[in-house]
Amino acid sequence: MTTIEEVVPVPSPRDGGTDGTPLLEVRDLHVEFHTREGVVKAVNGVNYSVNAGETLAVLGESGSGKSVTAQAIMGILDMPPAKIPQGEIRFRGQDMLTMSGEDRRKIRGQRIAMIFQDALSSLNPVLSVGYQLGEMFRVHQGLSKKEAKAKAIELMDRVKIPAAAARVNDYPHQFSGGMRQRIMIAMALALEPDLIIADEPTTALDVTVQAQVMDLLAELQREYNMGLILITHDLGVVADVADKIAVMYAGRIVERAPVHELYKRPAHPYTRGLLDSIPRLDQKGQELYAIKGLPPNLLRVPSGCAFNPRCPKAQDVCRTQVPDLLPVTEQDGTELVGRASACHFWKETIHG
Amino acid sequence: MGRYVARRLLQMIPVFIGTTLLIFLMVYALPGDPVRGLFGDKGGSPQVIAQLRHQYGLDQPILVQYWHYMKNMILHGDFGTQIASGRPVTDVLGDAFPVTLRLGALAFVIEFVLGIALGITAGLRAGRVTDNAILLVTLLLISVPVFVLGYILKVVFAFNLNWLPPNVNDSTNINELLMPAIVLATASLAYVTRLTRTSIAENLRADYIRTAIAKGLPKRRVVGVHLMRNSLIPVITYLGTDIGALMGGAVVTEGLFNIQGVGGTIAQSIVRREGTTLVGLVTILVIVYLLANLLVDLLYAVLDPRIRYA
Amino acid sequence: MPDVTKTDIKNAVASGPQAALQLPEPKPEKSRSLWGDAWGDLRRSWIFIVSSVLIVILLLITFFPGWFTGVDPTSGDLAKHFLQKPRLGNIGSPDWLGYDQQGRSVFARVIYGTRASIAVGFGTTIAVTVVGGLVGMIAGYFGGIVDSVLSRLTDVFFGIPFLLGTMVVLNSFQDRTTWVVIGALSFFGWTQIARVMRGAVITTKQADYVHAAQALGASTPRIMFRHILPNTLAPVIVVATISLGIYISAEATLSYLGLGLNGVSWGNDISDGGNQIRVAQWIMLYPSIMLIITVLAFIMLGEAVRNALDPKMR
Repeated sequence: MTTIEEVVPVPSPRDGGTDGTPLLEVRDLHVEFHTREGVVKAVNGVNYSVNAGETLAVLGESGSGKSVTAQAIMGILDMPPAKIPQGEIRFRGQDMLTMSGEDRRKIRGQRIAMIFQDALSSLNPVLSVGYQLGEMFRVHQGLSKKEAKAKAIELMDRVKIPAAAARVNDYPHQFSGGMRQRIMIAMALALEPDLIIADEPTTALDVTVQAQVMDLLAELQREYNMGLILITHDLGVVADVADKIAVMYAGRIVERAPVHELYKRPAHPYTRGLLDSIPRLDQKGQELYAIKGLPPNLLRVPSGCAFNPRCPKAQDVCRTQVPDLLPVTEQDGTELVGRASACHFWKETIHG
Repeated sequence: MGRYVARRLLQMIPVFIGTTLLIFLMVYALPGDPVRGLFGDKGGSPQVIAQLRHQYGLDQPILVQYWHYMKNMILHGDFGTQIASGRPVTDVLGDAFPVTLRLGALAFVIEFVLGIALGITAGLRAGRVTDNAILLVTLLLISVPVFVLGYILKVVFAFNLNWLPPNVNDSTNINELLMPAIVLATASLAYVTRLTRTSIAENLRADYIRTAIAKGLPKRRVVGVHLMRNSLIPVITYLGTDIGALMGGAVVTEGLFNIQGVGGTIAQSIVRREGTTLVGLVTILVIVYLLANLLVDLLYAVLDPRIRYA
Repeated sequence: MPDVTKTDIKNAVASGPQAALQLPEPKPEKSRSLWGDAWGDLRRSWIFIVSSVLIVILLLITFFPGWFTGVDPTSGDLAKHFLQKPRLGNIGSPDWLGYDQQGRSVFARVIYGTRASIAVGFGTTIAVTVVGGLVGMIAGYFGGIVDSVLSRLTDVFFGIPFLLGTMVVLNSFQDRTTWVVIGALSFFGWTQIARVMRGAVITTKQADYVHAAQALGASTPRIMFRHILPNTLAPVIVVATISLGIYISAEATLSYLGLGLNGVSWGNDISDGGNQIRVAQWIMLYPSIMLIITVLAFIMLGEAVRNALDPKMR
């Protein structure tokens, strides 16, 4: 009898980028929520890509669509109320939105994993952490309970949880916040996925613990050569770990740039506002800059550029015409690789 | 844990004394006399009545009566004597209790299985047509008084369709007990359904369910392991406390189907003003109720690792 | 206390960040309170609309039974109407729902029986809300020994099965007026509200604005009734509305057991009709339908109010 091995139509891992196809590519993604008050357009045509070993930071306020995009990639949006009317999410060249539910499930956890913000509520309170970690191996690799537990202890060691063997049967509430987030990271890493999406992984933690957790994440990413999408609203976290940044506002990417370029020369007034509102030691005593106004109501996004009511540089054109995300160039016209801005006045913003 | 149990048991003592005293006072301080009731309209001779009253200690101050009663109960397990039949209350109880136990157990199984199944069905489809239909049915079930439901079932299934016997003659026959058990279970069944539904719908939105899906677990594992374990904790708790209610709440059902259980005996004792029998039976029910509550609290700690009793 | 722990955990679990969508800020020009929000929800709820219409009709029947039938529910004519069958075409006329074994119009009895049920339902609910609310407020607010004593007292009354307790009390009254029945039901019914109130007060007491009021030297009654009470009303109103239906059901059950109101009442009629169940099912059927509709109306109202007031249910 011949058994035909099921061919998994995904190329061998860790080669992302060599053949030109990015590890993950989001193309013109739209997500809307149908609520009683109306249709909330949470994501309006987002494009971004990540290669293996690369870190993309997605920056934005709450409601900017950064988490919704990530959940769409993971396939964990509640549909309904959510709906993806158009767009593609290509993982190694294959559009995941057209895959069967079962194929997507096999990618989740195994090839793409996610780390959530609040580890306390994101871990099941009534199951031991060992069980929850071991579950990855039992479900995806068919290991026995015993083998899975051994693997769980190994993982906990890997993310530097002290006395892992003794604590494997403890419950999430018995760990400190930092340790819980390490467990979340361990769970995401369990099957050595190609891509990890970290949704504000350190927001819920103490400042001192934040750095430790970020360092651990960066270290493990380097070691496994994974792609990482880091979702955050904290510009400070981004600077050290990210390769490139996408800034989101009202469901669109408003600026894209390699990380240090963005800090040096923002090409969108919103990015500039975000950078100016970071407290700095050398400006002690001065009043801190704050972006005026509130984040937009997604039920009634302002016409034209969504940022125009809060923008210090807004002109009439900003209220009528939605700016496209266009490449940004030097004053002499040479292209700045990897940079784009969705502002009618990006030239003035970056150069003037 | 041991200290917690000890403290709870200590707390139960005043409640136990209070409850028995309350029922004792209600039975004896309110107007009406069991001995006089024994003779009906004819009325017995004053001497005989006085003698009987003395024999049963009814001529003493009420608190003294209570004291003697409790002393006998606790020291000798003596719950007094049923005046009408002259039998010890423990005997009466020995006859009635197994009947109620069988009825209650059957009702419990019905509410457990059906209630949780309906609740899960509704909870997983929260807000959709199935959910609204189940909601409406449970509201209706809660609204139909037990005795009306009993009559309806009797008319339909016993008289019109002839599927089930209208009364229970043999309480060991499940066929006969089925209809009363359904009637007894109905209201609780509706509550179990509601509770399960709410709990499932609430937990379905929890972050850890999102995590479970993001881990790539198959749906039946997400629901069966992650959702169930959390959602059923409050349901199990409710079912625990309901055991007591099923034992004592069968007054109407047992009367309706002519079942000689605890509820029926209690109803009879109330009408006949059988103080001792009534107090004895209610005392047993209170003990069952208090112990069931304690068990539920302990069960909670077993099911939910976050709860630690100090 | 384990029950405190349970509530805390439930709250902690429920307040975790919502899964998918971070909804935009509420429009600043239209700030909504819990009650305003609840009212907005209620108006859209079909359960609320249906139950309110039913309750309004029931209240009209209660206060103006004469508008619905001109027949005396207590006078029967055995010669003419003994067990006469309903004429379902004659809507509203005395023979619409048939006659009972004493020749009395079932329709008239259904109409006049409404008053007893509604009176007992409202009376008992008001009594238990006042008594239970007060006990729960005092126990929750003062805590310590006061709480221990009141909580044990609540346990004592809770420990006696509700129906059995009321049966014992009512059995010693020959003349069971509406007030007596309300009293007996309230005597054992206040415990649930007391427990709900106590829990809500304990939660609210820890709020910062209560500490602020205390620090500013507000008097105890002022803190209790101005600051704490408004924030404990939601769960109490829900429980009270639902239990209103339950008390109506309980009154009918007591009547069925022969321990209910003297006079015209659905429970008495259902009980009487039960004896004729094989020959004249209508005697039992129509009061039963009326009773079920009434109880259902209040339970549905409670359900709608609960959905509107409990943000977790959205």
